[in-house]
Amino acid sequence: MKKQIQYLFTVLALMTATTLVAQADHSDGDELYQQHCAACHGSDGSGGVGVPLNLPDFLAVASDDYLRKTVRNGRPGRVMPAFPLLSEDEVGAIIQTVRGWSGVPPPDYDSKPLKGDAVRGKQLFTQYCVACHGERGQGGEGTGVTFSRPREAPIMAPALNNPGFQQSVSDAMLKATLLRGRHGTPMPSITELGLKEGDADDLVAWLRQLPADSAPVRKSESPVIRMESSYSFEETLDNLKKAISARNFRVIREQTLDSGFVEKNKESRRQYIVYFCSFSFLNEALSIDPRVGLFLPCRVTLQETEKGIELVTINPENLSHLFNNRELDKACERMHRLYTEILEEATL
Amino acid sequence: MRIWLAGILLMVAASVNAQDLYMARSQMAFPETMIALQKAIKVQGYTLSRVQRVDIGLTKSGFKTDRYRVVFFGKPEEIRELGDRYLDLVPYLPLKIAIFAEGDETLLLASSFEHLRPFYTQADIRKHFDVWETDLQHILEQVRLSE
Repeated sequence: MKKQIQYLFTVLALMTATTLVAQADHSDGDELYQQHCAACHGSDGSGGVGVPLNLPDFLAVASDDYLRKTVRNGRPGRVMPAFPLLSEDEVGAIIQTVRGWSGVPPPDYDSKPLKGDAVRGKQLFTQYCVACHGERGQGGEGTGVTFSRPREAPIMAPALNNPGFQQSVSDAMLKATLLRGRHGTPMPSITELGLKEGDADDLVAWLRQLPADSAPVRKSESPVIRMESSYSFEETLDNLKKAISARNFRVIREQTLDSGFVEKNKESRRQYIVYFCSFSFLNEALSIDPRVGLFLPCRVTLQETEKGIELVTINPENLSHLFNNRELDKACERMHRLYTEILEEATL
Repeated sequence: MRIWLAGILLMVAASVNAQDLYMARSQMAFPETMIALQKAIKVQGYTLSRVQRVDIGLTKSGFKTDRYRVVFFGKPEEIRELGDRYLDLVPYLPLKIAIFAEGDETLLLASSFEHLRPFYTQADIRKHFDVWETDLQHILEQVRLSE
């Protein structure tokens, strides 16, 4: 009981400290931005894993309402998380910081829906927009700008069919974006393409009819893939390495779980980790989302249990859920298949 | 009393562990950030076990990438004890933080244990998750604020 009370006081002290920090930060938009946004969007808004926010053309057309809803709703399945726990004041302070980069007052849009011809809009979209934004408006491949990893385009085209985007953007803002384009990105003004204001109305009408990408982000049924082996430890290890090589992956490291924690030669081989990799696969995965290196290269652990030897690895289908990145689904399915095949081959 | 305690702890856990990934940006270059990270990990009471150099293999294989590492760490006793008791937690041990350069700045990334909570209902392991999450966030915040 005494321990429980001590623990409770520790937790309460932590909670109080967190609250105090949060209160101190309420009015400090810059600190809030650095705390919640800079990791992805860059210290100065120049982009990174997330899209750049400091582009003058973006800030000239992005309304405060759009920014507020974007922070609140996020982009389901597209890296940008929702921030439901930030207070209105905190969101407002962050927007002020972002707004401060341009010195241009926020645009004030009429909230009335625009009237346009969606059928014609679809034709225009197919002709002028599909190459970057995709047939379903699903956006370009990859994740934001990753300066650490060279890309052909400085920014990926955003997903226009994303429910978070559709909820946040007004018709008038869409139209303003089409007419102005976005310098510093591949997005031109439609006037440079020879289109007129009426064409923008038609395009907006079509963008509003794009079927929303509402597929749920994958959630796994188990955190691990685990298989028992009827072979001895050494035989299973040998089988595992052969199965890895058979799939053109290379074993890059072997170590015990306690390696680095205990003196050399005193490690326990009860839990033995085999790391393996295909660098083209790793490169491909990092291109989709540069953050997945947290769970790569591949790793399988051999364990001695009461029942015998077993192989266990993470379940990669957990990844898309963690990274809020639906684009990872296919790569994770492949990884799941690969792990399963390797584990089966090594144990059966 | 127990119900009351559990209620408060749940409330705190819910407010602290609301996200799956923790990210932080350091305005320092990669080498300085790596030093600050290793220091913050040690100050938090953990032992560094290894640094995995993801970028080396990539560049050797002809792929262009900036510096990218994964830093592994833990408390030896904790790793041994949990590794023995929770065999299916082993693929997620030791703790780790990915660190990669983005131009002149550096990004840091750690996974919370939110995605593992549905699979682990035991109070003792959840307590470890709570502590690790608080520590991971603290480490990242220390590095973010380092100059």
